[in-house]
Amino acid sequence: MYVAVKGGEAAILATHDLVAEARRGDPAVPEISVAQIREQQALACARVMNEGSLYDQDLAALALKQSQGDVIEAAFLMRAYRTTLPRFGSSEPLDTAAMAIRRRVSATYKDLPGGQVLGPTYDYTHRLFDFALMDEGGEAAPRKAPAPLDATMPRVPDILGAEGLMEAEEPPEGDPRPFDLTRDPVSFPADRDVRLQSMARGDEGFLLGLGYSVQRGFGGSHPFVGEVRVGEVAVEFVPEELGFAVDLGEVTLTECQMVNQFQGSKDVPPQFTRGYGLVFGHSERKAMSMSLVDRALKSRDFGEATNYPAQQDEFVLYHADNVEAAGFVEHLKLPHYVDFQGELELIRRIRREREERLAREQDTMPEAAE
Amino acid sequence: MIAPGFSDPVFQSQAAFRALLTALSEPGTLQQVAGEVPPPEGLTAATATALLTLADYETPVWLPEALRSGPAGAWLRFHCGATVVDKPAEAAFAVIDGMADEPKLSAFNLGTDQFPDRSTTVIVQIAGLEGGPALTLAGPGIPGSRNIAPLGLRPGFTDELRENGALYPLGVDVLLAHGEGLIGLPRSTQVEEAR
Amino acid sequence: MTVHQMPADNTKPAYNYAYLDEQTKRMIRRALLKAVAVPGYQVPFGSREMPLARGWGTGGIQITAALIGPADTLKVIDQGADDTTNAVSIRKFFERTADARTSEATEEATIIQTRHRIPEAPLKSGQVMVYQVPMPEPLRKLEPREAETRKMHAWAEYGLMQVKLYESIARFGEVTTTYDYPVMVNGRYVMSPSPIPKFDNPKMHMSPALQLFGAGREKRIYALPPYTSVKSLDFEDHPFRIQSWTQPCGLCGAGDSYLDEVVIDDQGGRMFVCSDSHYCETRRAEGHRGTMLGDAAASGLVEETTP
Repeated sequence: MYVAVKGGEAAILATHDLVAEARRGDPAVPEISVAQIREQQALACARVMNEGSLYDQDLAALALKQSQGDVIEAAFLMRAYRTTLPRFGSSEPLDTAAMAIRRRVSATYKDLPGGQVLGPTYDYTHRLFDFALMDEGGEAAPRKAPAPLDATMPRVPDILGAEGLMEAEEPPEGDPRPFDLTRDPVSFPADRDVRLQSMARGDEGFLLGLGYSVQRGFGGSHPFVGEVRVGEVAVEFVPEELGFAVDLGEVTLTECQMVNQFQGSKDVPPQFTRGYGLVFGHSERKAMSMSLVDRALKSRDFGEATNYPAQQDEFVLYHADNVEAAGFVEHLKLPHYVDFQGELELIRRIRREREERLAREQDTMPEAAE
Repeated sequence: MIAPGFSDPVFQSQAAFRALLTALSEPGTLQQVAGEVPPPEGLTAATATALLTLADYETPVWLPEALRSGPAGAWLRFHCGATVVDKPAEAAFAVIDGMADEPKLSAFNLGTDQFPDRSTTVIVQIAGLEGGPALTLAGPGIPGSRNIAPLGLRPGFTDELRENGALYPLGVDVLLAHGEGLIGLPRSTQVEEAR
Repeated sequence: MTVHQMPADNTKPAYNYAYLDEQTKRMIRRALLKAVAVPGYQVPFGSREMPLARGWGTGGIQITAALIGPADTLKVIDQGADDTTNAVSIRKFFERTADARTSEATEEATIIQTRHRIPEAPLKSGQVMVYQVPMPEPLRKLEPREAETRKMHAWAEYGLMQVKLYESIARFGEVTTTYDYPVMVNGRYVMSPSPIPKFDNPKMHMSPALQLFGAGREKRIYALPPYTSVKSLDFEDHPFRIQSWTQPCGLCGAGDSYLDEVVIDDQGGRMFVCSDSHYCETRRAEGHRGTMLGDAAASGLVEETTP
């Protein structure tokens, strides 16, 4: 008797072994540690924390190690873990004005309270290989202790706001708990809490492209970087049983506030409008892209035309999630031969019927010509 | 003293859910939930089990005034964490007495044309799932027609069910409950008095 | 800042039965009850991020996880077969997280999770089909905006779909949709049957089994209660018709099943075999033999065993 050959399970197990082997690479080269990734690949860890929606540098480093440095795969690991975590509640709103600043730049003022703080940035590095990094054992040169910075620095939109020049942003009536798009399905039009949440976990490359499209005219925004700031912010939580805030520790954040062209009407004097970005870790490109798209997505609220992708919440929110997008793009490699057989059956039959029809026409043609 | 809930939530709610799913996907069939939950005063075992299975902090529940402030209300808040609401139209789930005049089915949330799923599921506690005047059911889940004979429904309730069905795809979904038994009457079911 | 178990702890963090937490199951169960009450209507649900990739069956997995209990027997198929890699992977997931009893026998299963096929053996009352759905919105190819398609369903405005089908008739003489062929449910909602071949559409109509559909990435659940009218959209002068083959299954000789095409050489050699692997095996065990059983052994599709 004949039985079907079944290799599915053994083949799957074999792929797991092959992945482990590929991940390790040449065993003659020492294995990389999670701590090394956390300390020496911190920008990659930040991206994984953002797109994985989970602030945990150790887990981000582990995810990068486990995924051979594939950032989207690493974010996926973070998400699949995050979804199983119990929720204790929501933190108090973060106060980014009280951020322990590492870097803070404004493009709108030459100088401002707290000053311009360049901090660690690639902005003015010449992109020339530092071949010395090919060798290990290099130590960063000890740095002169900088002058202490101000404990709080006013945020640029607040400075403008004090003059009444910046669009005020108030929480919705009753200050409801923000929407949680990992627990509830999104419907459209989506409110700002949903949009910001979606972008914060959205793909950096996708938001960069959309933000860029806005600058090039597919959205007509003319932004100034009011401020980009990077640093540590305290996270506070009020346990139900205590009734007062306790400090849970600090997180590194990047915040970007864009100042955009003004709006006004018969009743409201002209005001600048705001685009906002807030992300984990040092992630300026992501925060800036997010704030460009945030402003573009406000178009409908301001009664502006919404002709371009970056202005359309459904387009942005449905396509920003790289774990979802990667899953659906890559599912195309799953077997589809049942559906393809349907297409084959159809195309062969249509062609056969066409040939038969042409043959019949050929047969009758000569007589018609006579 | 609040009556206990599920002793084994994972498996008791799984079994109860399958009974509820069959009740609403095969309208008119009598489904039994295992009577392992001693219900609080005013709720039948089937109602209590259905609420433990489906209600939580995301689902506002409407109860008749007498139950709301009594042990049933306290039981529901404690075990399900559900908010007990005053307005029928705010409820995701409601429990009504089959003989009480109010509220009418139309007082509950009927859903919206874009989101008909947002309507209330109404559990109607009645005197018996058999032995009453016969009703003939038709629609999805029913091959041909199916007869039921619920006992202890207020006068005009069949008309309310008919009017509810006429709103399709809007409308409430009804579960008739007695003892440990349940009969589902979703909005998709057409109800006629049997001739 | 997550509070997680450090590797130093000996306590392994444990997952709940069937992976999902109870609150999530309740949310899915509520969506399922509304779905059966309004057949064919897509209920939005709070689809969770699963440890398997989006687009790889996370909707079906979440439904199965909300359904399954110790009394169930689970069958998982992909392309009709129990041994395709993704079917194996999903079956394994439930064996691991829900200690699920599994079977390849269609008639033994109480829950059948599927991608792209409905088994050939008739389904029975009490069985539940769980379909994995990539794109739940049948109107999406005509109108990409959810805000618009939701209105079209609300007002039962399906003219656009008729126009699209008719355009295809005008161009090719017939409707050229071969899978995910839209259906009208209970005379009210146009529904995607998931990417099953249109060959399987008639099996949905008045089926004694409960049919549930899960789209994880798109966060939608919908359902067909047993004995529900499911009509494939067509026109009086161009009635709906299903695929047919000029030859029977090469392995078991079945002439009534959906066939896969297997390329056996580079000279144009083809063999057609049942896509439903269990159906084909059952027939072979009953003594049915196709004309190419020997060739199939040569190409590694089947093995000859000595009795």
